[in-house]
Amino acid sequence: MTGTATATPYRSARHTGRDGFLRTLHGEWTKFRTVRGWVIGTVAAALVTVAVGLLGAAGSSIACSGPDGGSCDHTPRTGPGGEEVRDAMTLVHRSLTGDGGITVRITSLAGLYAPGGRAQVGAGPGTGMVAGLQPWTKAGVIVKDGTKEGSAYAAVALTGGHGVRMQYDYTHDLAGTPGAVSASSPRWLRLTRAGDTLTGYDSTDGTHWATIGTAHLAGLPATVQMGLFTTSPEYVVTSGSFSGSSYGGPSKATAAFDSVALRGRTGGAWTGDLVGGPDRGPGAGGSDLGYKESGGTYTLTGSGDVAPQVPGRGSPGKTVETTLVGAFAGLMVVAVIATMFVTAEYRRGLIRTTLTASPLRGRVLAAKAAVVGAVSFATGLAAAAVAVPLVEAVEKSKHFPMYPTPFATDVRIVVGTAALFAVTAVLALALGTVLRRSAGAVTTVVVAIVLPYILAVAAVLPAGPSRWLTRLTPAAAFAVQQSVHQYAQVSVDYTPADGYFPLSPWAGFSVFCGYAAAAVAAAAVLLRRRDA
Amino acid sequence: MSGLRQAVHAEWTKVRTLPGLLWLLAAVAALTAAVSAAAVAAAHCPAAGCAQDPAKLSLTGVQFGQAGVAVLAVLLISGEYGTGMIRTTVAAMPRRTTVLAAKALVLAGLVLVAGTVAVSGSVLAGRLVLPGHGFAFSPAHGPVLRAAAGSVAYLVLIALLSLGIATAVRDSAAAVGAVLGLLYLFPILASVVSDPDWYRHLQQIGPMTAGLAIQSTVPSSSPAPIGPYTGLAVLATWSTTALLTALTLFHTRDP
Repeated sequence: MTGTATATPYRSARHTGRDGFLRTLHGEWTKFRTVRGWVIGTVAAALVTVAVGLLGAAGSSIACSGPDGGSCDHTPRTGPGGEEVRDAMTLVHRSLTGDGGITVRITSLAGLYAPGGRAQVGAGPGTGMVAGLQPWTKAGVIVKDGTKEGSAYAAVALTGGHGVRMQYDYTHDLAGTPGAVSASSPRWLRLTRAGDTLTGYDSTDGTHWATIGTAHLAGLPATVQMGLFTTSPEYVVTSGSFSGSSYGGPSKATAAFDSVALRGRTGGAWTGDLVGGPDRGPGAGGSDLGYKESGGTYTLTGSGDVAPQVPGRGSPGKTVETTLVGAFAGLMVVAVIATMFVTAEYRRGLIRTTLTASPLRGRVLAAKAAVVGAVSFATGLAAAAVAVPLVEAVEKSKHFPMYPTPFATDVRIVVGTAALFAVTAVLALALGTVLRRSAGAVTTVVVAIVLPYILAVAAVLPAGPSRWLTRLTPAAAFAVQQSVHQYAQVSVDYTPADGYFPLSPWAGFSVFCGYAAAAVAAAAVLLRRRDA
Repeated sequence: MSGLRQAVHAEWTKVRTLPGLLWLLAAVAALTAAVSAAAVAAAHCPAAGCAQDPAKLSLTGVQFGQAGVAVLAVLLISGEYGTGMIRTTVAAMPRRTTVLAAKALVLAGLVLVAGTVAVSGSVLAGRLVLPGHGFAFSPAHGPVLRAAAGSVAYLVLIALLSLGIATAVRDSAAAVGAVLGLLYLFPILASVVSDPDWYRHLQQIGPMTAGLAIQSTVPSSSPAPIGPYTGLAVLATWSTTALLTALTLFHTRDP
């Protein structure tokens, strides 16, 4: 046996299997970046996202000449939280320095509104206005950081349809005793200040008090204005037509207060102010807005609202999400590329080489998904990060008021759009793997994402089915681009067509991720089971 | 003329023997009717007055069905490019106009049949459900008939538009992306522009928005951006332009 050398088979010094995923990933990345059409397509996806957004801005104009010669003065009034607010009311106030409080009895609250939607508040009763309270007509006591619009405040008010509420800094709303008032069953309201803490109480008899809640108004100065207020928002009707779903008219309310008791270091005489100005109310020329005092009874007539300004189809303002309308075009391009990333392999037979080179099929799918997801994320991030400020700048240059959004919301919208691109790509890749045919996969992705959006948002369907569509279908994902909030204390149609999705941003996005995960799971199973 | 007849026969044989194509067509017809049925089942007319056009509502499925029709049209031509079959086809029938015309005729015939089934199913669902939900809806009513027949014509025109785009683009994924983008982007863009002129023009030139004007039977509060027949004519212009472009490219390019 001597002389016969045993041939040792060659073994690579490299440990096989180690960094196997990274190699597959590298291989898939090389495939992606060397196909010119896909690289061009990726750049095109970003460009169309911005371009269609700019087109949307170019196609928008705002009329600067109102019937009363109104100008383009749309400077938003922002509240302490940075959101746009409405701050219009009839206010009767004195100054308060340091701690103190106010207690009143409210004996009546009555309102008038214009059901036709065209009458002016100042036209007086009988001329197109009928009696009735709005659900969020408010009359009560308030502590406010001056009479400037948008300043911090806390208030305890009787409302037209929601009982006593304590509201502060426009966006906060706490419920007190329900029910309406009459001369025989009046309501007592009390608001006290201790440092930055304001506490609201109500009572049905003036002896037994119930605490509604407390508000912490950080940075409230030592001297504030304290007094009575009345205001009444627009009458809103939901009709759900194709062009717009709600219409309404101005309203006004008159409230009678007595037994006014002040506590603390108060100064100055009672002063009546129309906060927001008479022209800021829902109708111009508020001649009978104001207050009267006789024998300790204060009668205030007010119109307007002290609440967040909510965007809707009727409002002239633009929201951040309108700058991202081009994302639809970008998503379609991304879906096409991501589908081709796998179907092209089936068409050309490359899939057999791929699976021979890396027999762990799940790993191939994961690598493909990682490549196409990461590329799409970067594309979406770049496109959204350019589109949002650029389209906003164009809209501002055309004098559109933009609804201000906190920086964190802008970041969420941009990152959410990038994530939307990434998940769309993964979904398209998975469907391409399942169907192995490009046309079917692309159509399924686009129809699943875009068609429910069109049916819901372009107001083809009524509000009810629209809400379900944006809750259950992949189109729920567009909630991630929503910057607007729903406020229970503002009566507006919160429909998808007005820009309000039924789910919260990330909840809606998770629905979409659920579809993508199901598709990836199906793709993994089928890729393992089937011959390539 | 016999050349065209033979070409049509050849194309019909391809469609008939390709796995899945006729099943796709049947599924599209069934799903179109199902989407329409779901839409009418979800709609209720409040006592204050109906805001929705009942005919439009009962034909909601067409917005879905057009995507299926587009896929069918794209597969008819891109499938040949994908497998190289197009070279055999052109070798057997060197007159390329005849090839494209034959494909268009077969496609139009298929979609006409499937579209009629889908639209009939949709109208039937509307007839059965809508009166119970407070809508006045009668399929025998003139405008409703126009909306229904127009919807079938709409689907045929969408198929021809898709065929033209797919012949020009050749790759099926890119073609179907282009078709759906062309259809869906106009209504989305129209929903964000606030200039009434832009809004009107976007509705007038978009193949989907203009073509679907044939479905409106109730005069809305605001004037319609485009009349029903004019809208269908706009879509027909799109389809013709796409087919002529495709024909030119088909003639000048190597298959």
